[in-house]
Amino acid sequence: MPTNFFKTRNWYRFSRNPLSITGAVIVIVVVFLAVFAPYVTPYPDHSGAALDFANMNNPPDSKNFFGTDGMGRDVFTRVIYGYRVSLLLGIVVLSLAVPIGVGLGLIAGYYGGRVEIVLMRITDVFLAIPALVLAMAIMGFLEPTLINAMLAVSVMWWPWTTRLVYNLTRSIKTEDYVVASKVVGASDSHIILFEILPNCLPTILTKMTLDMGFVILVAASLSFLGLGVQPPTPDLASMVADGSQYLPDQWWLSVFPGIAILIVVLGFNLLGDGLRDMLDVEM
Amino acid sequence: MPSPLLQMRGLHLKFDLFEGRSHVLNGVDLSIKKGERVAIVGESGCGKSTAIRAILGLLRGRNVHLSGSILFGGNELIDNKSRKLWGDIRGRRISMIFQDPTAALNPVFTVKDQMTNVIIRGGKVRSRKAALNIARDALKRVAIADPDRILNTYPFQLSGGLAQRVMITMALINRPELVLADEPGSALDVTVQEQTLHLMSDLTQEDGAAVLIITHNLGVVREFAQRVYVMYAGSIVEEAGVEELFNNPAHPYTRALIDAVPKLTGGDLPKTIEGVVPDYTNPPTGCRFHTRCSFAQDACREDQHMTDLGHGHRVACVLHNNINRLSVK
Repeated sequence: MPTNFFKTRNWYRFSRNPLSITGAVIVIVVVFLAVFAPYVTPYPDHSGAALDFANMNNPPDSKNFFGTDGMGRDVFTRVIYGYRVSLLLGIVVLSLAVPIGVGLGLIAGYYGGRVEIVLMRITDVFLAIPALVLAMAIMGFLEPTLINAMLAVSVMWWPWTTRLVYNLTRSIKTEDYVVASKVVGASDSHIILFEILPNCLPTILTKMTLDMGFVILVAASLSFLGLGVQPPTPDLASMVADGSQYLPDQWWLSVFPGIAILIVVLGFNLLGDGLRDMLDVEM
Repeated sequence: MPSPLLQMRGLHLKFDLFEGRSHVLNGVDLSIKKGERVAIVGESGCGKSTAIRAILGLLRGRNVHLSGSILFGGNELIDNKSRKLWGDIRGRRISMIFQDPTAALNPVFTVKDQMTNVIIRGGKVRSRKAALNIARDALKRVAIADPDRILNTYPFQLSGGLAQRVMITMALINRPELVLADEPGSALDVTVQEQTLHLMSDLTQEDGAAVLIITHNLGVVREFAQRVYVMYAGSIVEEAGVEELFNNPAHPYTRALIDAVPKLTGGDLPKTIEGVVPDYTNPPTGCRFHTRCSFAQDACREDQHMTDLGHGHRVACVLHNNINRLSVK
């Protein structure tokens, strides 16, 4: 029976806060722009290593909303393409880190004992190393490519999910309905996958949305230090870094990509807050 | 004499804690015959729930030490690691009714999902469709007029009374031989609790299932049980048929429990039992009740043994012969 989402209690709780709607709109717009970048940008070929000496370092005008860079490329086009990289990176990192974190957290929390000691101490070791330093070390060790940046950020990300899911599992494990399913003879794998995991999902989903913003931010920090995506692939943080040498005269080179990062991170955070209210999870 | 369905002998349970070794169950002897309704009464924290969790093998862990014997249908349950045996026992031969029905149902699945899973687990039918039919009929049996509506709801959408009926139905749906009820309905209001008891009583009698009910409510005991075990601080202190126990309580603790029941008639307030259940890491020696007992004497510091008073009435008290002649005022 299909129900109209806009008439559900969930939508009511979500929409009660105008900031949640703002977040959702930002995320939808950014995702739309990124997905349809070749169609919505005025100069799609400027996303690569194009050169246009006639239009170098133009300030923002009606032809180039965000101005042009030192190679005459349209900054607006490059910002939209930069979103593609950011979103892709966020999605890949979370789809690597979250399943690992959830799996380990469930196992450690459910079985306890030695399993828990081993898994959680490993997690603690990862948590004890400053995340950005760890990622920088990995990046210094590997080639600075997009894939390696994803790997580096994933390596520092899974322990947080493990911790979260571990704590959730520990508390859900003692709920009567888990004991009840044990009493009717459910196997450990059934209890983990069908009793505990579904009850963790709202929290995991909220955490993922909030994390999306942070992952983009951390990846941006790496890029800013020159350890991320390499030119000519457009990347928001590298654009900020490259443009910073020309401040304050050619301010548009840094300011627009910077604002773009701010907007997408803000959007995911607001959306995450909205989901938290809607799904009624505590974080 | 046929052998009992469940027999617990000398069950000792110890937990290792920071404070030391906590001696929670101190030699529990208990037996239930086929189809019998038995109650365990006692204050909160005297080991009742722990004892029934031991039956289902739910007490596992490095800091748990369980010794003694629990025989169910001829199988020893303590330290039994046979998956086949537990698969057969849990959910098929023994089931459990919980205190709070809404907490015992998983909030993220519909009643239908949970009931059909339990039915299929019972092994009598294989298809979801057949299971659904059984679920529907079973819900009708507990006076739920529109089972399909209930089946499609999530547990948190049900009222306490409905959730309780769903849970009882689920506990009995695979025709278990023994139902363990841990203070059923005490999380609900009294009218629903009353309904719960009637329902449990009717259904288990129809199915011929034995019931072990845990409660601190003596009204429930009197109404529901045939035989009663009185438990204090991890030991059974008295055992008797329900009439005998109320007419002729032989242990000072049993008397104190009966005196502590509020009465509708008569002006006196119920008498409370002074003090609290002892610390299990350092329990009193001998009869654990002697620290709170108004009849306590030196002999109480020695270990007590059950004395048979005839007609299945057994008591663990030095005063077993003359308690009824003593009175405190």
